[in-house]
Amino acid sequence: MRHQIAIFLLAFGSSIPLSSQNIPRTASGHPDLSGTYDTATLTPLERPEIFGNRLTLSEEEAATIAQGETSALAAIFGIPEERNIESAPPSAAPPVGGDGSIGAAGAVGGYNTFWMDRGNSAFQIDGQWRTSIITEPANGRRPEMTPESRERLAQQAVFRRPNSGTAWWLVENGLDAPGPYDDPEIRPLAERCLLGFGSTSGPPMLPVLYNNLKRIVQTDNHVMILVEMVHDARIVRMNQEHASADIRSWLGDSVGTWEEDTLVVDTTNFNDSPALSGASHNLHVVERFTRLSNEFLLYEFTVEDPTVWKSSWSGEYIWPMTRNRVYEYACHEANYSFQGILGGARVLEEDVRLGR
Amino acid sequence: MSGKPWKENEFNDLCADKYGALDLMKKPFITAAIFLFSLVVGIPSSMGQAGDYEPPRLSTGTPDLNGIWQALNAANYDVEPHIARPAMQLREGPHSMLPDVPVLALGAVGAVPGGMGVITNGGRIPYTAEARELKEENHSQWVDRDPEIKCYMPGVPRATYLPFPFQIFQNDSSVFIAYEFAGAVREIYMRDVGPAETDSWMGQSVGRWENDTLVVEVTGQNDQTWFDRAGSHHTHQLVVTERYTMIGPNHIQYEATMEDPNVFVEPWTISMPLYRRIEDGARLMDFKCVEFVEELLFGGFRRDPLPR
Repeated sequence: MRHQIAIFLLAFGSSIPLSSQNIPRTASGHPDLSGTYDTATLTPLERPEIFGNRLTLSEEEAATIAQGETSALAAIFGIPEERNIESAPPSAAPPVGGDGSIGAAGAVGGYNTFWMDRGNSAFQIDGQWRTSIITEPANGRRPEMTPESRERLAQQAVFRRPNSGTAWWLVENGLDAPGPYDDPEIRPLAERCLLGFGSTSGPPMLPVLYNNLKRIVQTDNHVMILVEMVHDARIVRMNQEHASADIRSWLGDSVGTWEEDTLVVDTTNFNDSPALSGASHNLHVVERFTRLSNEFLLYEFTVEDPTVWKSSWSGEYIWPMTRNRVYEYACHEANYSFQGILGGARVLEEDVRLGR
Repeated sequence: MSGKPWKENEFNDLCADKYGALDLMKKPFITAAIFLFSLVVGIPSSMGQAGDYEPPRLSTGTPDLNGIWQALNAANYDVEPHIARPAMQLREGPHSMLPDVPVLALGAVGAVPGGMGVITNGGRIPYTAEARELKEENHSQWVDRDPEIKCYMPGVPRATYLPFPFQIFQNDSSVFIAYEFAGAVREIYMRDVGPAETDSWMGQSVGRWENDTLVVEVTGQNDQTWFDRAGSHHTHQLVVTERYTMIGPNHIQYEATMEDPNVFVEPWTISMPLYRRIEDGARLMDFKCVEFVEELLFGGFRRDPLPR
């Protein structure tokens, strides 16, 4: 997909017409993608079903956004408002089992809105507000999964429950039943500090709840894309062959080429647990980076994994540049919670065994 | 640089301090004296900062440091001069020091190769007496204390001479280094970004070009990283000044000067060549290593812990 002209609006700002002719270039003549980008956007990955096959918001909906506030935009996309709790210490411990609230700030007050940064804007392409990041299939939602993948996800979903304060897996299924906290290896990759959640590292690189900065340093032979979360440096080797099938990695093996003014990055050779939820080691991602102006970059992607999805799927969104710098995201170095998560489960199990 | 008062033997220090740990640019009289001195006694040019090598350059004229680099020495075992020893952690034996229990099974693989040391002057780290004592204690409890074992980000300068490659990405306006070990990274800001806002594992790096040498000042490192597997430590007041100078198409002379008033009685400098990884297909491999230390750090919290 090519976009000769693209227009982006800051959520409630003014229209900035942009031309791809007016972009920074390297000494070798290619567009210079170097810079820091904030990929946060309120536009969801998957299109809310109320929009059906409609790629863009109606004029009426757009007008609502133009007059409204961030909450109006969030409402259009069905994003629940995060509960904002004061962070002023000291505060009393939450009640046993949590306070019943849900979401990232829920139950025990893990986060308040200070820590969250979904952005406060949506994005436009070709002057149109989009209803989703996904553009293919036409309904803006990921395609149907293969039966095997559905079965695998269903098995995993059995373990996905909010913490109820009891070792429910023993209570419901017997003292020898497996549980969601049995071993480090079965916990989510983000909890283990191996990858950021929500495919923030990708590929494809998708917006998430917070820490959405991407830092690109481009040289003639490499394009380095630093993902803020878990300080993952994606190193794209230009005009090179993929590694042999024996060489697999968390972020896959990325090679790049220039197609006119677009950087095309092809990534294969994933290990068994790519960042993209549900994907397998057969994942193949093609990304297209097009610098639209000094301020904006168009990010497009196509995902193929025939063992997981029945068809390929594609999406696109805008990466605005930011003057912010990427601060070190040290996750593993202070992952005290992981010990607490596993150790806490052992305490709950002991409670059940002792009939407490 | 140090800003400390010079000692009586400053001139000797300076002569021995071959790679410019002391800031020659700020001391023109001394610089001139050294220049004349070197003419007379013929100090080889390879000892100087610039040398005769004409490096490849970016369009801006700065030397092109792009590439995958790696140190090849025993510094990560021990930056100080040392002969080979049985293990990284030792205990008293009936006749000599022996591998301590936690590392015994590794045999020769766990032994420490000797090294002439990487500290200029062939010296030792100028620790205060108390700091030297802590270093020895760290060494004796190495398996429990070395952050490398836990796959923590290594800090600077240790990141440079870990036995892993690192890659420099440099364009007209930016310098960025990605390290294979722990996937650590750091941006080298080529502009004033003010003081580090808070401490971090890799610190805040600010760089500038002094002729053909990239000089990087690293501040804001936390006190959790070490210099080597011999327990060499520092505090959060560590300031590291690094110098990267190309001395050939495939070699960088690397220097780092360490200052930390809490533990060092004077600044000290390490110097070593870095080698370009020139083999076909050279690249940074995945070495997040977080997944490799889960058993060590969290295995005891498994529902059914494995034998340990």
